[in-house]
Amino acid sequence: MIIQALAFYLFAAVAVAAGVMVVSARNPVHSVLFLILAFFNAAGLFVLMGAEFLAMILVVVYVGAVAVLFLFVVMMLDINFVRLREGSLQYLPLGALVGIILLVELVLVGGAWIVSPAADAALSHPSAPAGEMHNTRALGGLIYTDYIYLFQISGLVLLVAMIGAIVLTLRQREGVRRQSISRQTARTRAESVEVKQVPSRSGV
Amino acid sequence: MLEIGLGHYLTVAAILFSLGIFGIFLNRKNVIIILMSIELMLLAVNINLVAFSTHLQDLVGQVFALFVLTVAAAEAAIGLAILVVYFRNRGSISVEDINMMKG
Repeated sequence: MIIQALAFYLFAAVAVAAGVMVVSARNPVHSVLFLILAFFNAAGLFVLMGAEFLAMILVVVYVGAVAVLFLFVVMMLDINFVRLREGSLQYLPLGALVGIILLVELVLVGGAWIVSPAADAALSHPSAPAGEMHNTRALGGLIYTDYIYLFQISGLVLLVAMIGAIVLTLRQREGVRRQSISRQTARTRAESVEVKQVPSRSGV
Repeated sequence: MLEIGLGHYLTVAAILFSLGIFGIFLNRKNVIIILMSIELMLLAVNINLVAFSTHLQDLVGQVFALFVLTVAAAEAAIGLAILVVYFRNRGSISVEDINMMKG
């Protein structure tokens, strides 16, 4: 029990510290790397809670895809980040005020939370007792049966996002020489070879 | 203190969510950091969902967290694509420069 508590405090502290660094780092590349750190620690929290599958998905999807995408964009765009930082302290008091008020509200709500005794009866899909079934298997038994339509729709959302990203960023640049295979293979002898009668002792 | 319950996880999620809000205010000019703050807020929401799911012994919270993850990935991809196109057109990613439509 004490190891679990220590692991929780470690993961939580590192996640919050990484979150602070994400919003306050000067270099956006460092921000992305701290975001990855925050995701890893959130995955650790998920494992502590007993949601192993989501923890692994978080690492694979977020660290492997989303954070790398951010890293690509940050490094690909040639941006003067120093200029973007100018005047950011101007919004610091307002942001701190809103953030602290929101945090106090959330903690007050969370601290006063009492689970109703009737909640146990209202569970729609109770999870199996620990040790009886893996988290992954239980989730799979749920999303492939009761939530199959939502699952398919989320696949469609990803497909639309993929097509949208490709369509948005694809561009046909002017003045770039490209290989046109259809034109190459469609060439005929008549349009590419010409026979000249060259008189003797004079050039073409 | 050593008994880790629902409240502990909710507190961590609340702190991360507030940090996301704070980041949006702090980095008013840098769209990339704003997108990252949104990811941080979605992560906090996921922690909340999973915490309640395991506390109530109901798996639906984790299913919902899975869908939130999906939508967050799609949102990041589209947002970054829009950002790249915008940078190509204007040569800047400052929020203040997004005023062509004068809306």
